[in-house]
Amino acid sequence: MASTERRIPIAGDTDIVEARQAARELARGLGFGMVDQSRIATAVSELTRNVVRYATNSQGTAVIRALPTSTRGVGIEIVVADDGPGIADVALVQQAGYSSGRGLGMGLSGSRRLMDEMEIDSAPGHGTTVTIRKWRR
Amino acid sequence: MRSVRTRPSPSLHNVARIPVIKVGDVLIASVQEELRDRDALELQADLIGTLERTGARGVLIDVSVVATVDSFLGRLLNDIAVGARLMGAVTVVVGIQPAVAITLVELGLELRGVYTASTPEKGLALLRRVSGLVDSPRGSRRW
Repeated sequence: MASTERRIPIAGDTDIVEARQAARELARGLGFGMVDQSRIATAVSELTRNVVRYATNSQGTAVIRALPTSTRGVGIEIVVADDGPGIADVALVQQAGYSSGRGLGMGLSGSRRLMDEMEIDSAPGHGTTVTIRKWRR
Repeated sequence: MRSVRTRPSPSLHNVARIPVIKVGDVLIASVQEELRDRDALELQADLIGTLERTGARGVLIDVSVVATVDSFLGRLLNDIAVGARLMGAVTVVVGIQPAVAITLVELGLELRGVYTASTPEKGLALLRRVSGLVDSPRGSRRW
């Protein structure tokens, strides 16, 4: 597979739309079905909205790429990163219904449920990087 | 700062507002395919404001072309329905795509406060049934 990668700066609600559209387009191109396209676009929407809501100056990036074909088949990976305040308790924020009080309590836990894999790399003061993946069935 | 991005300002003014039209006692809004947060919030304000101005008793929101309903938009649809109810109106959301329905369930968003129907016709029928809305002679508002 040709290296397909898009990097989208996130700074506002227009970028949330652009990022989820780009993820959906790539997913469609990779042969993901309608439901998976919806899951992927929605997860990207949740994560990029977290950037707009919580990151410093609402700034971050979303990188959307196809994964090299492996034993798991065809995959898509989205990395959403920001230099925001970071997360002190990564395990806590992934619990269903967790909310910092400002959000909807669904961003991270919802993304995890919609995707096959999710990793959070974060520490207070060091920003947050969330990586999500889905494999085509 | 190097990282500050500039954005052509026209994009901010090219907002495709979602028209809210009134047909009888029902407000109808057809949501476009991709909705920014601010568009959704504007729709909420428009609908509630129009309810106040017109005294409409039903709200029909067509989302049949909406491909992505995330927790923000899902909750907002619910909020619109709750707000409309407080204003004496019933809300029905029509045309939720199957993939969106599955995603909403997995997200844990059940839209409990919202009536739903598959098509606008069924949505209008549901509004009539639920709220007693009838095609009344003009001037009278019988529910």
